[in-house]
Amino acid sequence: MTTLEMYNGVFTECFQVEAEALNEEFTSENVSEWDSIGHMNLIAMLEETFNIYLESEDIMELNSYENGKTILKKYDISI
Amino acid sequence: MEKIFKNYGTRIAAIQDNQDVLTYDELFQYAAQLNRSIGKRCLVFQLCSNTVASLIGYVSFHLNEIVPLLLAEKIDKELFQSLIEIYHPQYIWASCRAENKTAGFEKVFELKDYALYKTNLKPYPLNDELALLLTTSGSTGSPKLVRQSYKNIHSNTESIVSYLEITKDELPITTLPMNYTYGLSIINSHLYVGATVLLTDKTLMDKDFWKFFKENSATSFGGVPYTYEMLNRLRFFQMDLPSLRMMTQAGGKLLPELHKKYAEYAKEHNKKFIVMYGQTEATARMAYLPADKSLEKYGSMGIAIPGGNFKLLDTDNQEINESEIAGELVYQGDNVTLGYAECGNDLIKGDERKGILHTGDIAKRDIDGYYYIVGRLKRFLKIFGNRVNLDEAERIIKGQFAVKECACTGRDDKMSIFVVEPNQAQLSEIRNFISAKTKLNISAFEVKEIEQIPKNDSGKILYKDLEDMI
Repeated sequence: MTTLEMYNGVFTECFQVEAEALNEEFTSENVSEWDSIGHMNLIAMLEETFNIYLESEDIMELNSYENGKTILKKYDISI
Repeated sequence: MEKIFKNYGTRIAAIQDNQDVLTYDELFQYAAQLNRSIGKRCLVFQLCSNTVASLIGYVSFHLNEIVPLLLAEKIDKELFQSLIEIYHPQYIWASCRAENKTAGFEKVFELKDYALYKTNLKPYPLNDELALLLTTSGSTGSPKLVRQSYKNIHSNTESIVSYLEITKDELPITTLPMNYTYGLSIINSHLYVGATVLLTDKTLMDKDFWKFFKENSATSFGGVPYTYEMLNRLRFFQMDLPSLRMMTQAGGKLLPELHKKYAEYAKEHNKKFIVMYGQTEATARMAYLPADKSLEKYGSMGIAIPGGNFKLLDTDNQEINESEIAGELVYQGDNVTLGYAECGNDLIKGDERKGILHTGDIAKRDIDGYYYIVGRLKRFLKIFGNRVNLDEAERIIKGQFAVKECACTGRDDKMSIFVVEPNQAQLSEIRNFISAKTKLNISAFEVKEIEQIPKNDSGKILYKDLEDMI
């Protein structure tokens, strides 16, 4: 499985959406399931999937599907 | 009627995250202005947010003996309409963000981002003691309302101020909604002493929350169990928060390991971590674990608050005097609310509980007199601090979906829904449906297909067996 597929898998499972829904518009503001609880689940699943430990600043910054990719780069995960 | 709010003059009552600063003088002036548009004791529906205007409404209603029903701004529109039809409020106090819910009503007063709407409905008579109505949280259908009196609110506020030693120098930051009894009690107990409340609807996961926190040197916050799970995940223990003095926890049982972790952190950093126990039916709080016992007694809900008493009853309603024996937890105190309302005619009802509340929780007491929750008599879960009735969940799922059978059980923060012979689409539809109905994040629900629901000979569902299948 590619890292993109793994990354998408986290989002589709966490927010119960199809992979087609994942684009620039997929942000915490636009997605109703992406509330603080959804956010907490997302972080937990990303950490587990990629075996990383996110800094609190990155946890708070990660508010869209796209910038999540940028943030994960810092942890040597290229998507 | 004794009121809990006093005018502390030029002291600051609240600061909102949009930089709006409100002194006590201004709070009282605005409260009087709002009251001029109402001018009589009546029922008002308030759609709450953690904002200055929402606070002004609440304080004004309390001071002028107007009875508000506090509701979440994001309340389901249909539910809001059905509550209006049931209780006939004379006015609605709501922000422009909720315009879709107030459409059709005449706007009679405006203040900041809020407006007062007149309904022209025929009022139901109100009991003299009635001060406030709150919903029993997280309800799926038409919620029962809890009737709180002026005496209830006054007594609980005084008690909280005393056991938490709240002074005018505190700056609590909001982490809970105002319509949630625990969030409201934080506001009540701090305005009571002339402190400053930091108002925000931003969540802990938002960096602007922490910016607001640090800019205003917040001294305390409260949280339900998932708040503390979230903070743990947010590397809270590595954050530098010198202004923070106290954290309180209520709204369900925190995992004992986490309780211990926060207690240790508090001890190391010279802060207080105080676990509490309460219910809307007891205004807000019934018990607290004193900060200096937090580590020694982690996992405990503590002792009764000043002015309150607990006892444990066995299945024959006999009092249990021995330690370490579990029984139903019964509370007595002036903060035990009057009772419920389920229709407009219930608003005239007086005190039905006479100061005694059967909590529905099973607890035991240790040899030092500290209480521990061990189970529940009633079939409900606490999901993210909200009470969700399992029988009601079953009923609405069966009402919406043509499944052969359905049974709900679970642990706190996770409901398991077992269904017999669903089609594949229904499994995810049910999950979406119950999440939408309860307004709780979808991750709290799982739907499982099962061949048959386990039952005893008389056809009663064996929930214990179901729990083993989770």
